[in-house]
Amino acid sequence: MKKLVCIVCPNSCELSIEETSDGINVSGNKCKRGIKFATDEMTAPKRTISSVVKTAFKEAPVLPVRVSDEIPKERIFDVMNEINHVTVKKKLKRGDVVIKNVLSLGVDVIATSDVLQSVSEEEKEEKPKKTSAKKKAPAAKAKKKTK
Amino acid sequence: MKTLYDVVIIGAGPAGLAAAVRCDEKGKSVLLVEREARLGGILKQCIHDGFGLIRFSEKLSGPEYAERYIDMLKETKCDVTTLTFVTDIEKKDDLFTLTLVSREGVFTVQSKTLILATGCRERTAKQVNIHGTRPAGVFTAGTAQNLTNLLGQLPTKKCVILGSGDIGLIMARRLTLEGAKVLGVYEAKSTPSGLTRNIHQCLHDYDIPLYLSHTVTRVFGEDRLTGVEISKVDEKMRPIEGTESYVECDGLILSVGLIPENELAERLGVKIDPKTKGPLCDQNLMTSVPGIFSCGNALHVNDLVDYVSESAVTAADGACGFEKESKDFAEVAPDENIAYIVPQKIDLSKNINEVCFYFRSRDVLDKCTLTFSANGKTIKEKKFPFLRPPEMERLVLDLSEAGLKKNEKITVTLEGEKK
Repeated sequence: MKKLVCIVCPNSCELSIEETSDGINVSGNKCKRGIKFATDEMTAPKRTISSVVKTAFKEAPVLPVRVSDEIPKERIFDVMNEINHVTVKKKLKRGDVVIKNVLSLGVDVIATSDVLQSVSEEEKEEKPKKTSAKKKAPAAKAKKKTK
Repeated sequence: MKTLYDVVIIGAGPAGLAAAVRCDEKGKSVLLVEREARLGGILKQCIHDGFGLIRFSEKLSGPEYAERYIDMLKETKCDVTTLTFVTDIEKKDDLFTLTLVSREGVFTVQSKTLILATGCRERTAKQVNIHGTRPAGVFTAGTAQNLTNLLGQLPTKKCVILGSGDIGLIMARRLTLEGAKVLGVYEAKSTPSGLTRNIHQCLHDYDIPLYLSHTVTRVFGEDRLTGVEISKVDEKMRPIEGTESYVECDGLILSVGLIPENELAERLGVKIDPKTKGPLCDQNLMTSVPGIFSCGNALHVNDLVDYVSESAVTAADGACGFEKESKDFAEVAPDENIAYIVPQKIDLSKNINEVCFYFRSRDVLDKCTLTFSANGKTIKEKKFPFLRPPEMERLVLDLSEAGLKKNEKITVTLEGEKK
């Protein structure tokens, strides 16, 4: 008998799982979702992840994102690696796709906030600080025009 | 902006937003006051999912949950003012006069009722007696969350988390995902403070150890934290001499409790419940000062935002239906096994068919029975397989058949097996 805590909802049901010849027997669950969770957990555990991606906008340096559906638990850090390589340059809306079909897992990485809707066009300062402070302002304006 | 409103709501987090939408639905004129530049309160930085399972039957992230309400608010006639602080409130002749400060300057508005949706604050290092130097690298979990999720700056590479509150657990996972090493979560109590599912999905999933009955007794470092001293504690949470060990780290994240923010309420003479640290309220969430209502984490610290929104609707309905002071109250009297219960009194002149109670047990209890009684007569008995202090319970009762009279006590007892 294996014990698991269901993480689907705040009830945190304590599940008991019995492995039988024709599958598994789940008890302790208050709803059907507990059976699915236990089955997945015993065969191919899945999780959702949330993170942030970098943006090109000074007023909102990062945009919150999440996966549109569950991903295999063992691929969490692979997906994080993809998320960490993105810089959003468009003013994406909540629900917009940031990475389509990430790592061919069949789920998208989507924006979870409209925060970029209210930022001005001002871009973040570039990392290599070769230009002096005086020259920066017109440079930023020039970039604005190209948008 | 008008000079007189039916309702002024202070704080535009999940409670304030839900209250504003509801008051507008009821045809009232509303001003929503927010001190930050953006609406949404703490949910802006709670990028993890799990919000809205009860309210929307969906697993949303914090910003998504908040923005659903912000979208609803945009459809209303509510006035909203951001980057605005309330510096003073006076009550005179059944009207509240609020002094507000914004970038436009100082101005006043008047209101018939007030809803305080001011949320809560984190307990800091100084409030948990951490000794040693004062290096950089000691953050509350909320500050670490703000830096990581709103500013995109990782505040630590290798850290220790003190306290097993939900934000600490969420941050343990979040920092691990971003590549930081979380050496362990240390909890002075003998049971975890956060939700069980968070212990599993935030710690167990990432092999982060949880050390119960342990605390941080000293911090080391000059400019930046270099390490912490960990000690075991006894059952009264006092460090045990001789159990000290040194852990090298550059970050100490504190998740040691939240306290409702009620400075404005206290200045108005609102009575505070020492158990919830929020205002003493009736079933419409009206405080001891007629016309002032409280909801969300300012009322009591919630573990689910769905109930924050629910309490905001209750307070909004109360404010919209407010006419005059009531004098016929029955008192809710919980026993010592109940950490707290809200509401703390019942206004008998108002509807008592559907009274929503929120409560927590003081200890982890198995096979529990919760009993509401008055005049020696049982009103309601409810069984729970177990109760845990981190998990708030909710119960809706019809008190209309109980024959309650003025100043009577509704006794609430909780029995169960201690683990």
